[in-house]
Amino acid sequence: MIRFALALCAATALCAAANARTLAVAPGPDAQERIQTALLDAKPGDVVALAAGRYDLTDGLSLDVDGVTVKGAGPDRTILSFKGQKGAGEGLLVTSDKVTVRDLAVEDTRGDGVKSKGSDQISFLNVRVEWTGGPKETNGAYGVYPVSSSNVLIDQVVVRGASDAGIYVGQSKNIVVKRSRAEFNVAGIEIENSMNADVFDNVATHNAGGILVFDLPNLPVMGGHSHRVFRNQVVDNDTQNFAPKGNIVANVPTGTGVMIMANRDVHVFENVIDGNKSAAVMLVAYVQKFDDKTYNPLLRDVVVRDNRIGRNAWDPQFAGGPIVKAMLGGAVPPIMWDGVTAYPGIADTVKVRITDGPILNLNLPAPGELEKARPVVAKTIGDVQVAEPKAVVLPKPQADLGA
Amino acid sequence: MRLRRRPLHRFAVPLPRFAGEVRRTANLPHSWGRGTTKGWRGRWARTVAPLFAIACLGAAPEPPAVSLETLLAETPAPKLADYRLFTDAAGRRPNAGLTPYALNTPLFSDYAEKFRMLYLPPGKAAAYRPDGVLDFPVGATLVKTFAYPADLRRPDAQVRYLETRLLIRKAEGWVALAYVWNAEQTEAVLKRAGTRLDVGFTDAAGQARHVDYAVPNQNQCKECHQLDKALLPIGPKARNLNGAFAYAEGPENQLAHWSRLGLLTGAPNPAQAPRTARWDDPAEPLEARARAYLDTNCAHCHNPRAVASNSGLFLDLEETRPAQLGVGKGPVAAGRGAGNLKVGLSPGHPDESILVYRMASTEPGVMMPELGRSLTHDEGLALIREWIARMPPR
Repeated sequence: MIRFALALCAATALCAAANARTLAVAPGPDAQERIQTALLDAKPGDVVALAAGRYDLTDGLSLDVDGVTVKGAGPDRTILSFKGQKGAGEGLLVTSDKVTVRDLAVEDTRGDGVKSKGSDQISFLNVRVEWTGGPKETNGAYGVYPVSSSNVLIDQVVVRGASDAGIYVGQSKNIVVKRSRAEFNVAGIEIENSMNADVFDNVATHNAGGILVFDLPNLPVMGGHSHRVFRNQVVDNDTQNFAPKGNIVANVPTGTGVMIMANRDVHVFENVIDGNKSAAVMLVAYVQKFDDKTYNPLLRDVVVRDNRIGRNAWDPQFAGGPIVKAMLGGAVPPIMWDGVTAYPGIADTVKVRITDGPILNLNLPAPGELEKARPVVAKTIGDVQVAEPKAVVLPKPQADLGA
Repeated sequence: MRLRRRPLHRFAVPLPRFAGEVRRTANLPHSWGRGTTKGWRGRWARTVAPLFAIACLGAAPEPPAVSLETLLAETPAPKLADYRLFTDAAGRRPNAGLTPYALNTPLFSDYAEKFRMLYLPPGKAAAYRPDGVLDFPVGATLVKTFAYPADLRRPDAQVRYLETRLLIRKAEGWVALAYVWNAEQTEAVLKRAGTRLDVGFTDAAGQARHVDYAVPNQNQCKECHQLDKALLPIGPKARNLNGAFAYAEGPENQLAHWSRLGLLTGAPNPAQAPRTARWDDPAEPLEARARAYLDTNCAHCHNPRAVASNSGLFLDLEETRPAQLGVGKGPVAAGRGAGNLKVGLSPGHPDESILVYRMASTEPGVMMPELGRSLTHDEGLALIREWIARMPPR
């Protein structure tokens, strides 16, 4: 028995502190101060346990201690409500390493829901983040929001109502997003300016756009690459885009299944993509003006294969959509590629392999030059081999959490 | 070893706004120069002067010195008084070893007045650095009290202390602590998890104002005060200290004063040291004032090495790249904070600049800075608006 316990301990980094404690917090008056005090008092290995109930919070909470687990009694039982929030940019902010946030809900934050900045081995498990008034432009931007982090695990998370992306991973590397559900957000799941993400077994539904993989200029981390988007249900993304203008997701056409922009080595396979009125899969270069010589706006080395493509693209909402539809005699292919293969000053060759046709290749000479489109419909595009990125491997203790 | 200085010599009235108008009100025990609010200068000094005079006149034994041991203890003291930084319970009379200072351009904190002091252990000095904060020795402590008078037009009357924050330089790095004053103003106790305080005051225009004043939690202290994940002071950089302060002996540049008293080593003549402009001095160039304001109010996070590094918006004085300053730069993770605007800074068009939109807002999730204010800084906002309005449109 002891041996078993030791083995279990060895498998869990959080066991590092032999005398790990549980800091229990119950709902009631002064919840803000009591939770925050526990988050300050916790030592590596400790669990901050939030009992079932509703906690009415007035300010952001934050954790800056390594190796701490913040655990509720379940995402429908432990509810951190930020309806009365007066300050801070998010509900819960994590800035330390080896932290797990699990089994709780964060509701109605004024800014983002749960954020990690600069964390290594950050895990969000069985967490719900929701804006309870439904999709609104005044909702916070991101639900679950790891940024500038490494070894990110998002598992069995539910996000509803984010005015940007429900699950958003930015400027991070080594990422797993799985078994999660994103609905009624502008973007369901978004991987941005990041490296090595596996996004699988998720449901993205009733968003404006289901799953996005983007790379944007003028950021400290650029050159996103090596992502696998597979076995997801990307269905009925039919919520009118409600993002505040100016944000990049405001440009995502309502009814987009999967959208990949300005990235490298992205493989989209074995997903069910159905009921998205603009497109099942949209593959594009970055179209906006930018002033950043180190940025590559091209989408290159992309594979779209073996997806189950249902009824999509019957009413494309992107600029020029109705014209394209008319040009094509009313039937728009569900997969759209802008066909951009070159950009001044960029030497990369663009390789694509798309086998789930019909595919609309707009054949644009440059990003966004829709007026110069020479649309062609093809059953498949490209036959080059583009090696699939290796599966993302998280450090063992973290992988075990999400087993 | 530097000479023991009599407390009276360390304190004086702060400088009025313009050189040449210096009030020679000598022998006041305490004061803070260059506050954010006009008319505040010297008021605290005037309030406590009589008390201090009484304390000094008598042949009373010297009060016990600041407890360096308590400052450096692993566990923070539960009460501010435990450090003996002040010789009275109300925290109005600083102990020996504390030197008041002011910043050319301070952070806006909901119109609260801030009284800043540096404590250095006996015989210790800070080392000059042209960039970043000065190199402070272990035991150095920055003491900053946040306070409001009941009426900004009568700044000396009914001054309520809210909190006194300490930044203590320990061997392993800086530690940030906040002590909150009680309603009776007799005691300040450690508040690690932050709190909200109801504050009412009458502003300079005679309007009643209300602040839901936020004392930050210990992590929030770190959010603003970190660089490369280490906690650091923000204010006491050579360039932001490089200005005159009216000491009892007369006005003197702070770097020169500190050097002369042995509190600072290695500093060049102030004229050779970098200098942050005063944001509120119309005699200084607009660009310098605006950049100084952004540097102090934004760049502690909007800096490649700090909390908002992921935004790609960098507002420190050293930044020169237009896109990093927001020119033509789209929002990244701003969400509704973008206010339906397309770029961070649109030259010539303050109303099309997200920077202005977020500075004007008081809504959590939109307003910037995220922490440390609940009111709009009207004067700071006006400065940034004017700066942007005068940029040639692109």
